[in-house]
Amino acid sequence: MSGGDRLLEVTGLVKHFPVKRGILFEREVEQVRAVDGISFGIAPGQTLGLVGESGSGKSTACRAVLGLLTPTAGSVRFEGEEIAGRSRRQMRPLRRQMQMIFQDPQASLNPRKRIGQIVGDPLKRQGIAEGAELRRRVEELLDRVGLAAEHYDRFPHEFSGGQRQRVGIARALSLKPKLIVADEPVSALDVSIQAQIINLLDDLQDEFGLTYLFVAHDIGVVRHISDRIAVMHEGKIVEQGSADQVCERPVDPYTKRLLAAVPIPDPRESRARRQATLDGA
Amino acid sequence: MSVGPALLSVDDLRVGFATEGGRVQAVDGVSLELAAGEMLAIVGESGSGKSVTAQTLIGLTRSHNAEVKGSIRFRGEELVDAPERKLQEIRGSEIAMVFQDPMTSFNPIYRVGAQIVEAIRAHRDDVSRSEARAQVVELLDSVGIRDAARRIDDYPHEFSGGMRQRAMIAMGLALAPSVLIADEPTTALDVTIQAQILRLIEQLNRERGLATILITHDLGVVAEVADRVMVMYAGRVVEEGTLDEVFYDPQHPYTWGLLGSLTRLDRPRPKRLPQIGGAPPSLRSLPGGCSFRPRCPHEFGRCLELPPLTPRQPEAAGHCDRCWLDPEDKRGKREVDGRIGLEAPAP
Repeated sequence: MSGGDRLLEVTGLVKHFPVKRGILFEREVEQVRAVDGISFGIAPGQTLGLVGESGSGKSTACRAVLGLLTPTAGSVRFEGEEIAGRSRRQMRPLRRQMQMIFQDPQASLNPRKRIGQIVGDPLKRQGIAEGAELRRRVEELLDRVGLAAEHYDRFPHEFSGGQRQRVGIARALSLKPKLIVADEPVSALDVSIQAQIINLLDDLQDEFGLTYLFVAHDIGVVRHISDRIAVMHEGKIVEQGSADQVCERPVDPYTKRLLAAVPIPDPRESRARRQATLDGA
Repeated sequence: MSVGPALLSVDDLRVGFATEGGRVQAVDGVSLELAAGEMLAIVGESGSGKSVTAQTLIGLTRSHNAEVKGSIRFRGEELVDAPERKLQEIRGSEIAMVFQDPMTSFNPIYRVGAQIVEAIRAHRDDVSRSEARAQVVELLDSVGIRDAARRIDDYPHEFSGGMRQRAMIAMGLALAPSVLIADEPTTALDVTIQAQILRLIEQLNRERGLATILITHDLGVVAEVADRVMVMYAGRVVEEGTLDEVFYDPQHPYTWGLLGSLTRLDRPRPKRLPQIGGAPPSLRSLPGGCSFRPRCPHEFGRCLELPPLTPRQPEAAGHCDRCWLDPEDKRGKREVDGRIGLEAPAP
């Protein structure tokens, strides 16, 4: 992958948050280095999985990619154009191209709006469709994510968690974005539903040539969906490579520790691993 | 590892709630036995009834709109209709419970140590404050909190998530209970911390003979620590057996689906993740017969009738399931692409 054909290129991204003390005279006592100089790129149609534990900086990195916060330093380029430091208004034309899927579909859907409104809202706001055309497009989107046209007039609370996540995906797709940032999109879902949503994201990627930045703490899920994986720890990317390479032949000690902590859903192998750890120690 | 008579025996437990949308049978006929030193895992998704079962064991679901039937015996004593005072005595001192979210289980405005001291003194009024404090330092130390003598005066927010869960477990252990009920104890934690907490629970279970019920949705966690497994679906147990029976000879199609949809880091990744179609049913409108029927590709005429939970193979008397399929046929049906799984429903 040469730098030129990447959809997203992040270079030396830094985001420090000041910690302030004092009431009348606030002074900065220290800085939290949430993201501390990370670089990665994603080629069109590919998926980069960003894994890390809480506080590793993965969500801050996402927000910087989407232009939702101004980085302290570094560059975020989308199709070669610099995003870092853009104002909200300057970001607006780019919003169509990059959309987000959230962890908790319950909290990210307005409970007072009908499904049709929620999914159609971006189309309306960007002035792309209205009236009957809008409805037709929304019904098409609902169908594409495995919902039915009859769901158009329902409210979010009438849906299960998995169905709500499908609504969130339909909304993200509505503007035909190039990049989708998915922040823990399946971690709030039941086990039997997680696979459905992952497979749906896979299918949509093939169909629309989408590029994903997929953020999650579940390495099994990340490995399944990603072409490449970057492991974050304390604001830095400690290792990145192809998904199989990172999972099967990790180099960095933190990655090794992380992988060793993932439970093996197989009693015999789990016992064997524990025995090996005991013997080794 | 059944090592003695049951400490806790539950027989045909039923918990129903009256809700605005009608009556809901959250738990429908759960029976279990738990002996000292044993670790039973209850696995299920949201709405399966696993947490309601656990909460009911210590009387936490009692309310005017709840109906609890069946029997819960602790050391032979009936708890279902026991007075609240009796339950209060047992909670904490005999049966401890640890919840998913350690942030909401501590009161944020009191120091961690003070809350555990309080828990001890509520049950043992002969223990002085300073004695209790010394015990708490020891407890915090025993669950792996470093520098316990100093950390005892921290507030909950000064602890990390893993430390709070350790402190929760310390509080649970303060009165040397014989049973620990852990409801998704590691779900809110990072995976490296999860591994530590599981080791801790396992150590308490093995070394102190603490009988443990572990409630989880995560079969990986189950494989690491459990002796026996109960799989629940829509309020009922659909399969139960030893850890190896359930993982290597699963009898219920729902269990096949759960096992099949797991991601394995130690195996090459499949092109598509095997999935279970549909969604868990609403308890307000359960399908008649087998509750898993609408999602099951192996459904046949008899499934309209609810299968009983019984052993179906003479050589494994403790391995029960609720499925009408013939055990011989199951061996072929559960094999999908060379591993156990649920085949995709016919389009």
